[in-house]
Amino acid sequence: MKEQLIQRYSAAERINHWVVAWCFIFLAISGLAFFYPAFFWLTGIFGTPQLARIVHPFIGVVMFLGFARQFFRYYHHNFINKEDVKWMKAVGEVMKGNEVGDIGRYNGGQKGMFWLMVGCMVVLMATGFIAWRPYFAGLFPIPVIRLALLLHASAALALIAGIIVHVYAAIWVQGTIRAMAEGVVTHAWAKKHHPRWFREMTGRKS
Amino acid sequence: MSMQSQDIIRRSATSGLTPPPQVRDHKLEVAKLIDVSICIGCKGCQVACSEWNDIRDEVGHNHGVYDNPVDLSAKSWTVMRFAEHQDEGGRLQWLIRKDGCMHCADPGCLKACPSPGAIIQYANGVVDFQSEQCIGCGYCVAGCPFNVPRINKDDNKAYKCTLCSDRLAVGQEPSCVKTCPTGAIQFGTKEDMKQVAAQRIKDLQARGFKNAGLYDPEGVGGTHVMYVLHHADRPELYSNLPKDPQISTTVSLWKGMLKPLATIGIAAAGLFGFLHYTTVGPNRAEEEDEHEQHETEEVSK
Ligand code: HEM
Ligand code: SF4
Ligand code: SF4
Repeated sequence: MKEQLIQRYSAAERINHWVVAWCFIFLAISGLAFFYPAFFWLTGIFGTPQLARIVHPFIGVVMFLGFARQFFRYYHHNFINKEDVKWMKAVGEVMKGNEVGDIGRYNGGQKGMFWLMVGCMVVLMATGFIAWRPYFAGLFPIPVIRLALLLHASAALALIAGIIVHVYAAIWVQGTIRAMAEGVVTHAWAKKHHPRWFREMTGRKS
Repeated sequence: MSMQSQDIIRRSATSGLTPPPQVRDHKLEVAKLIDVSICIGCKGCQVACSEWNDIRDEVGHNHGVYDNPVDLSAKSWTVMRFAEHQDEGGRLQWLIRKDGCMHCADPGCLKACPSPGAIIQYANGVVDFQSEQCIGCGYCVAGCPFNVPRINKDDNKAYKCTLCSDRLAVGQEPSCVKTCPTGAIQFGTKEDMKQVAAQRIKDLQARGFKNAGLYDPEGVGGTHVMYVLHHADRPELYSNLPKDPQISTTVSLWKGMLKPLATIGIAAAGLFGFLHYTTVGPNRAEEEDEHEQHETEEVSK
């Protein structure tokens, strides 16, 4: 019996995703090292604490540009509709493994996550720019830098918690990681988790 | 310096659970007392500071005022700030304040610094930067309520007045104190300096400065650099010396509340995944695969 597959992400989309993901990991490691004194040793991953400090914002810019590309690829798939609201209201049922609603390419949770990421990325980029020494911080008054640092850390931590959920969801819904690794999903996967998208892709009724 | 390391009472980014050495913590707190009413603005202290600390700032430009250099920098750890003030009687007063690190008892710079041991506080009250640990993030600049630390553009490290901690370690007073020709800067234990100040303030009050007083702001736990001011009720007159300096609420939230909140948030996300997977188990679509195969076969019949 041959697996029936649907292409979900092109190679370019997958590379784009993993560039952003790796940048995120390095940003989270260095950022958490600055945030938690007990994790300061994580700066050693970058060679020295000074290097970690210098490199972090540059990785941030790469990630921001990579994410911006993703934003323009996906934003039109992420407008929340009635079925998504139904999904969100029944999220408890969904978590038991029972799908709810006639879900398209993305479900309510994925769309919510998308907008959380968009918000955090914008805040991180703007506040990171304001705090960036030695290049830009000098252009801003000290109270603005203080606020930027508070917001930067807050947005980073919200994003880190969000990404943990994002990664967990991909592990929990089996067959999802394959979408981002190889680019394909099975018909069964699509039909179960994204029935409307399945119909759109295959032209079938169910 | 190795013995001095035993006098450290606080290190940046270091948990209180693992404190620095404590056997010699019985030291008396010291203070530098700057009597603004005596200072003549000769800048001898500025020169002595560069001289002793071996720092050579670039020669600047005349900005049409006496302030020179116009601001603190990584290579100018103290500057004289000149303010003109007209009192109620219409007389001109020239308020000259020697600006620099206040050596706060509760230092905002130390609270903000993310690098363990890059900022330390000694038992005698001196707050010192340990440049080899500095990562150049500038958090100390954001943390300081007095706008004192400066990042050096050549090496990306933060600098400020050390209260001549190297001189203090061998029983000498700071170089600015030693140089001041009028005796406007004095140095000793904090208690002694408060007494000297009290005497001087009585004098000033007797001479008509009824608001004369000591500047040792409570909001930062007191400071180890104190001023005698003729207008202690209006410190802003002295080139914006803050009236009630405190570590900003933004900084307190960032370095306080946010940490436990973040820990709870991240731990909750991780724990949720773990518990959910171990109780509900994975969400598979496999079984339906065959089912679907069936259907498609039926359709093709
Ligand atoms: C989007 C572009 C970004 C820029 C320009 C940026 C820039 C900065 C800068 C300038 C700092 C101060 C330390 C330093 O100078 O290296 C910093 C700290 C930090 N960054 Fe970023 N960053 C970005 C993205 C991120 C991301 C995606 C994360 C998290 C995953 C993150 C997490 C942190 C954290 C936790 C800190 C420490 C904050 C603290 O000490 O409280 N940053 N960032
Ligand atoms: S610039 Fe240096 S001293 Fe200042 S907060 Fe950063 S690491 Fe600490
Ligand atoms: S005046 Fe600023 S730099 Fe000096 S000890 Fe206080 S907070 Fe730190």
